[in-house]
Amino acid sequence: MGKTLKFLIPLALFAGLVALLFFGLGTDPRKVPSPLVGKPAPTFSLPALGDPGRTVSNADLLGQVSLVNVWASWCYSCRAEHAQLMRLARELKEVQILGLNWKDTEADAKQMLRASGDPYRVSAFDPDNRAGIHWGVYGAPETFLVDSEGRICYKKIGPVEPGTWETELAPTIDLTTKKCKESRS
Amino acid sequence: MIPELGHYALILALGLALIQAVLPLAGSYTGNRAWMHTARPLAWGQFIFSAIAFALLLLAFLTDDFSVVYVASNSNTLMPTIYKVSAVWGAHEGSLLLWAAFLAGWGAAVASLSRNLPLPIVARVLAVMGMVGIGFLLFMLLTSNPFERIFPPPLEGRDLNPLLQDPGLAIHPPLLYMGYVGFSVAFAFAIAALLGGKLDAAWARWSRPWTTTAWIFLTLGIALGSWWAYYELGWGGWWFWDPVENASLMPWLAGTALMHSLAVTEKRGAFKSWTVLLAITAFSLSLLGTFLVRSGVLTSVHAFATDPARGTFILIFLCIVIGGSLALYAWRAPAVSGGGRFELLSRESFLLANNLLLTLLTALVLLGTLAPLIYEAMAWGKISVGFPWFNTMFVAVTPFLAFLMGIGPLTRWKQDEPMRLARELRLPFIVTGAASLLTVILMPLITLDWYLVPLGIGLAVWLLTSHLQAIRERLRHKSRPGAILTDLASNGRSFYGMILAHLGVAMFVVGITLVSNYGQEKDVRMSPGGVQEVAGYRFLFHGVTTQRGPNYMAARGHFQIFDGQRPIAELWPEKRSYFASQKPMTEASIDWGLTRDLYVSLGEPLEDGDWALRLYYKPYVRWIWLGALLMALGGLLAITDRRYRLARGLGRARTGVADNAAVARS
Repeated sequence: MGKTLKFLIPLALFAGLVALLFFGLGTDPRKVPSPLVGKPAPTFSLPALGDPGRTVSNADLLGQVSLVNVWASWCYSCRAEHAQLMRLARELKEVQILGLNWKDTEADAKQMLRASGDPYRVSAFDPDNRAGIHWGVYGAPETFLVDSEGRICYKKIGPVEPGTWETELAPTIDLTTKKCKESRS
Repeated sequence: MIPELGHYALILALGLALIQAVLPLAGSYTGNRAWMHTARPLAWGQFIFSAIAFALLLLAFLTDDFSVVYVASNSNTLMPTIYKVSAVWGAHEGSLLLWAAFLAGWGAAVASLSRNLPLPIVARVLAVMGMVGIGFLLFMLLTSNPFERIFPPPLEGRDLNPLLQDPGLAIHPPLLYMGYVGFSVAFAFAIAALLGGKLDAAWARWSRPWTTTAWIFLTLGIALGSWWAYYELGWGGWWFWDPVENASLMPWLAGTALMHSLAVTEKRGAFKSWTVLLAITAFSLSLLGTFLVRSGVLTSVHAFATDPARGTFILIFLCIVIGGSLALYAWRAPAVSGGGRFELLSRESFLLANNLLLTLLTALVLLGTLAPLIYEAMAWGKISVGFPWFNTMFVAVTPFLAFLMGIGPLTRWKQDEPMRLARELRLPFIVTGAASLLTVILMPLITLDWYLVPLGIGLAVWLLTSHLQAIRERLRHKSRPGAILTDLASNGRSFYGMILAHLGVAMFVVGITLVSNYGQEKDVRMSPGGVQEVAGYRFLFHGVTTQRGPNYMAARGHFQIFDGQRPIAELWPEKRSYFASQKPMTEASIDWGLTRDLYVSLGEPLEDGDWALRLYYKPYVRWIWLGALLMALGGLLAITDRRYRLARGLGRARTGVADNAAVARS
């Protein structure tokens, strides 16, 4: 009996795999409803990348609309989205882009900004995932849209692509009142 | 009219596959030889009609027939002809057609090259291949018809994804698919053996050349894909642990284990049920890869357009094929297991260890690939398992594999003497130790992972010296100088194939070790006329001009590279913008050499004619792909071994008897 059971192991493992894949079919890996959407951004206080004397905190979010972009120099998709962030930084005068440099080293991060340009007003430096964990960062890149009262309107997982701002992010914010649109939250 | 003919050909191929799956199988159980004899012509028929469908889709691309949705979405009148050809398999529907055509092609090959096999075996093998064919043809006809029309047809097509407009990628998918689909033959042999209840050395000998052939294609396909990623993606990386890459690596690892396990089953009659399980696994992983790429379950840089209906279909198909064969395995394998006994110190043991390590690696890749899904299913949140995890795992496991790989070929079957083995290994061991020590002394000791370099170099030297020793041992009693050549001409090819493939692994290890530890990269901002130095080479930037390509505009940089004062190369990296899709593409420019690549890729334009640039120095990076090429050549040498041809002759004499015996048994 024990001998026969042994030959059933592969089938059992496969059954588990099928259950997993069946579950996977029903979900979209790019969409994650963040429990933070509609809520105030988690409190954080980190040194600025390249300027340890300066602190980046929730105060930097108040008063204007912000895109908080989680990035790292080791992250392939972050480099891919970099050109888009540069474009947004040029074109969107009413939105500031803040960086959250995540699980990176200072030298690598600074090197990347020197080479490809710096779209961020300032980047918070978070090598140990201190703020990242409170913000529910699963992986880089992620981008949060935060209104002038420091409330998260939208969370984008994956790289910002041409059209992401127009079709995904912009519809969740009212740029005249600088507040999240309630229906989305 | 032509696309409808293609559609019709696919339906006919499906009809033939249905008969192929049923009639010969029924014949093999009832002893009806006429029914069994239909297997071969049916396999040919399925192949001919699949090939016709493929040719007609190709014709639609070549004639810019944009009334076909698939052509309109993936082609463009401006595209060079070679990319119109490769666009046929550039997206989901067409690549599926290629899959099905290759599958039918392997079926036809089995039909032609199996004259020496007992008829019931041929009937069952081809019936199983027919079943797999049904799945793919149905999948195509029900969810992904490449011949679907659109009215009114657009005047211009949407263009092929610019990433795919590259000669390397034109041939990468066909090679890969030949490999994936090729494992269906080993799979079909295994299922046929389970159905017949007979797993013996003959079965292993028939399976071996087919398995090795599929493995050669897969090796070349993966290597080509990696090379393509290296020069096309512009990041200087050659492997990204992307789900789609992993999807091709898993069948490769399982297939490698299968080749070794088949050797034991053929020579010693051991590991029978394990070999069958590996044959099922290798093909199942090929199918799983197809599912992962096309279902939208995982995100990936090369995911195909996703569609839940397709995902559901493939999942059901997977359940039937894999679930069915594993159930059959659970039912029939207990009866056929057992076989040759062996002692702890024997070649069997080393091959078993090799199998366990390769299986472990396969499981790790599977786990890492599915981790995001597992996390989500368990409501643990989201996770992305990246580079570091896979790299750590592989660096931890593969050294053991390489170490054992050096001992295995020197060990005797069944039982070996510890003292004899130690004597054989003494010299390789001393040389390896000396080489590692020398590496430690010579290397600039800077990094945290300093031990990785002597480890990698040591393992490569170990593989080299132990395999040279194995050749010496084999030729011990043949002292004539040309002995190796006569041995090659007679029956040594599978042995020398093994040596060659293992030396390919050594080369691969050298490449990985040196490029990952001594590679240099610089992300810089440069003005025209500026100079940057990387690894002692000076890169002089002459600026960027605009050029027009057939279907794109390109910003083209010009670099001169100096070694000291001597100019050694001119590089022309490009950044292209394709008209139809407006997607930017980087084309890196590489000065390649056996010991180093110099690599430049254009980043973003900055103000005042300055550019963000990436400059790389990649020592020994070519060895990675040359190593893979050597592995494939080793495989090629092995399948030309006389034993397989001899077996064919012997088999023919025995066929009549075996036929009757097999029929009687079932």
